[in-house]
Amino acid sequence: MPKDGGIGASTKRREDIRFLTGTGQYTDDINLRGQAHVAFLRSDVAHGRIKGIDTQAAAAMPGVVRIFTGADFEGIGGLPCGWQVTDRQGNPMQEPGHPVLAQGKVRHVGDPIAAVVAETREQARDAVEAIEVDIEELPAVVDMKAALAEGAPKVHDDLSSNLCYDWGFVEENKAAVEEAFAKAAHVTTLELVNNRLIANPMEPRVAVGDFAPHSGDSTLYTTSQNPHVIRLLMGAFVLGIPEHKLRVVAPDVGGGFGSKIFHYAEEAFCTFAAKQLKRPVKWTSSRAEAFMSDAHGRDHVTKIELALDAENNFTALRTETHANMGAYLSTFAPSVPTWLHGTLMAGNYKTPLIYVNVKAVFTNTVPVDAYRGAGRPEATYQLERVIDKAARELGVDPIALRRQNFVTEFPYATPVAVEYDTGDYVATMDKLEQIADLAGFEKRLAESKARGKLRGLGVNCYIEACGIAPSNLVGQLGARAGLYESATVRVNATGGLVVMTGSHSHGQGHETSFPQVVADMIGIDANMVEIEHGDTDKAPMGMGTYGSRSLAVGGSAIVRATEKIIAKAKKIAAHIMEASADDIELKDGRFTVAGTDKSLAWGDVTLAAYVPHNYPLEELEPGLEETAFYDPSNFTYPAGAYACEVEVDPETGKVTIESFAAADDFGNIVNPMIVSGQVHGGLAQGIGQALLEGCVYDENGQLLTGSYMDYAMPRAADVPFYSVDHSCQTPCTHNPLGVKGCGEAGAIGSPPAVVNAVVDALQRAGHTGVTHIDMPLSPSRVWSAMQG
Amino acid sequence: MADKIHLKMTVNGQPVETLAEPRELLIHVLRERLDITGPHIGCETTHCGACTVDLDGKSVKSCTVFAAQADGAEITTVEGIGSPDKLHVLQEMFREHHGLQCGFCTPGMITRAWRLLQENPTPSEEEIRFGMAGNLCRCTGYQNIVKAIMAAATEMNAAKEAAE
Repeated sequence: MPKDGGIGASTKRREDIRFLTGTGQYTDDINLRGQAHVAFLRSDVAHGRIKGIDTQAAAAMPGVVRIFTGADFEGIGGLPCGWQVTDRQGNPMQEPGHPVLAQGKVRHVGDPIAAVVAETREQARDAVEAIEVDIEELPAVVDMKAALAEGAPKVHDDLSSNLCYDWGFVEENKAAVEEAFAKAAHVTTLELVNNRLIANPMEPRVAVGDFAPHSGDSTLYTTSQNPHVIRLLMGAFVLGIPEHKLRVVAPDVGGGFGSKIFHYAEEAFCTFAAKQLKRPVKWTSSRAEAFMSDAHGRDHVTKIELALDAENNFTALRTETHANMGAYLSTFAPSVPTWLHGTLMAGNYKTPLIYVNVKAVFTNTVPVDAYRGAGRPEATYQLERVIDKAARELGVDPIALRRQNFVTEFPYATPVAVEYDTGDYVATMDKLEQIADLAGFEKRLAESKARGKLRGLGVNCYIEACGIAPSNLVGQLGARAGLYESATVRVNATGGLVVMTGSHSHGQGHETSFPQVVADMIGIDANMVEIEHGDTDKAPMGMGTYGSRSLAVGGSAIVRATEKIIAKAKKIAAHIMEASADDIELKDGRFTVAGTDKSLAWGDVTLAAYVPHNYPLEELEPGLEETAFYDPSNFTYPAGAYACEVEVDPETGKVTIESFAAADDFGNIVNPMIVSGQVHGGLAQGIGQALLEGCVYDENGQLLTGSYMDYAMPRAADVPFYSVDHSCQTPCTHNPLGVKGCGEAGAIGSPPAVVNAVVDALQRAGHTGVTHIDMPLSPSRVWSAMQG
Repeated sequence: MADKIHLKMTVNGQPVETLAEPRELLIHVLRERLDITGPHIGCETTHCGACTVDLDGKSVKSCTVFAAQADGAEITTVEGIGSPDKLHVLQEMFREHHGLQCGFCTPGMITRAWRLLQENPTPSEEEIRFGMAGNLCRCTGYQNIVKAIMAAATEMNAAKEAAE
């Protein structure tokens, strides 16, 4: 039984009190004295040349402070890209500029052209309407293959084509893979689309820039998952402000799912304008703006081929993917279809030979970047769909085919450059069969049939790579950042602790789960530990929260800093009790000299650190504060097996999720309640992708899904009660907590389960020609598939 | 710009008055003129429900109500339902069942669920899912929101029975 408030306890979240009572502080709740408001004029065409901007009438409107255009940003850096991919020939990717406000051309609907700063939001919006822009509309490229065609209009005139990179992985394996395909007993081929999505955290983005003329210091309040990263990127590459003159604060953040990792133009604009105008400048995105300016996700078009031998062993895998980058390279965009996707193509299986080809393409659409799972859902979806198709073609049970090909010995080096430290895919599949009651499926099938509904079962596995690391490896792969995390633990004289972490919660409950770890290590009440995050002036450095890394990387840094605290506190205790530090034991918040009844309370020692009257001053500095940077030696590899049962209405094609079960292995777990919640949320997003969500552009690059009228978000009535289990635990071998990460699993593992289930339902009903339907599986798509 | 109008309303039991432009939305007046920042703005188009408040006994999306339409109205926001010192049972159950993560949709969820349980004190799971369909949550997958509302209904009915 875990100790209340310690590791393993479903401790109730302390942050809930403020969120439940309307006393949270989100960025839009910040209003600074004298603040002005910004409204952006955004392009309403996908591609065009700016021939002139007339701001005269707008500038004379009531309340207008100043109007900025691209010309104001001449000589100032553009938004940087944080990852450089190298192509098959060893050349760097094509990397276009990304100005804060458009210069010369607009490249997607929503590209910001001008910004009005006015006394009120309404005045700024009014003045935007009065700006006259003369744009010569140019032909737009939207479809990726058309964008690569000879003579296609170029998104960036200064690049040789719309191809960002042509990446091959592992290039050296290409010939061997071809050979394996030539020898295969069976080859299954599947072409599919991983639909473009919009993250849609419920809190729209907000930026408030501030400037202190007396000190020359700039501050940016922003809706960010990683304020330190924004400080570095914006300060060093865009505005030229050194870190010590720039503070970035992300207070309570209302969801992100990846879309709040990236450095956006509006953040740089508000920081810049505040300095120019010497007053605070605030921008709050409308949802309409969010649809056309938040980075989108997914948008891969893939052909995957699986080769099997006569015994149904997987012998090789080959994929060709076109990945949409949109009009500019968002912060981590190039890494998503490459290192976060190609390295996952082995999945849970011992396929010996794999070759992945990805062509990343510029189009006149919003930039595409990481969205919950980022590359890993795309890998999982194609792999788990092609395995299902292969099983059907071979007439074998899809679960048996998976089991036969599972990796069973660890550590396991995949042919796509990663080494799985631990896992037990048989155990998670066994658990799934139990919690999903797969044995009872036939009975439920008959019941559905009696109701006139088509029932289907879809099962799949997934593997994930979390906590992307280590820094020296990712540097070789093109990352322009380190991927460690830092923590400072400050112990106060009276024994309470403040933990300052570079991880930043946007809903994950760090303020509750991180103290559970620290309290457990010391043996004190978790309420004695406070978490500070989201402010570059507090934590020393941070890489933030994404890629399911907070506990595995950020938590490990906290462990390391706490270990240093304990080591020093033991020396202090040893001095006071006149013993050797090696003989001091810390348990339940008391220091004891081993084998004696001599002991000191935690608070006695912390007080001595700050009132060092009886203290080893010749050996130790007073005070009790330690910092640690933790750089993981490997990714972590959560994995699991998911099952979905659907009913399809044969008259309308409407799909309902009848049940969804998820058996995950996340290694050790600190707060099971929070972990389950993370899985639930991921499942809803994956089900949303599979059934409801899809971002649509027309052939001219107009965004047709620009509001919640057209972009279908999952609502309470669209999803079932999920059955989730994380009792299969193979602890990570290389981080001190043995944890793996759980934030993205649900979104990674669920789309193939849903699609496998719908195809199964149709197949069982005699629609044997239906081997695939592209997501989202809307009633019209499913109905059309049934019509042949 | 039209002249400002003088509005009087009761918010969370307190009489308040303010000036506002005729085009100002209720959510903007609440958040920016009255400093009631519990209700949030998630979409400005009535779809997400983050701005849900209770207006004269009905759940409304305050992003699509002109402040002028609320003149003389009685409004309850999440701040009027419970406080950090004294959580309402709905708020307690949301915490108990982990019915929130980032918290941004939560004030709207609580305010809507509070009205839902007055409209229907014994809702089924399906009635809760449809009764909450106007409120989007991107974090929780809704499971624990539904469970929290079911648990709150049970608690509230038991308390009512005990009082009778």
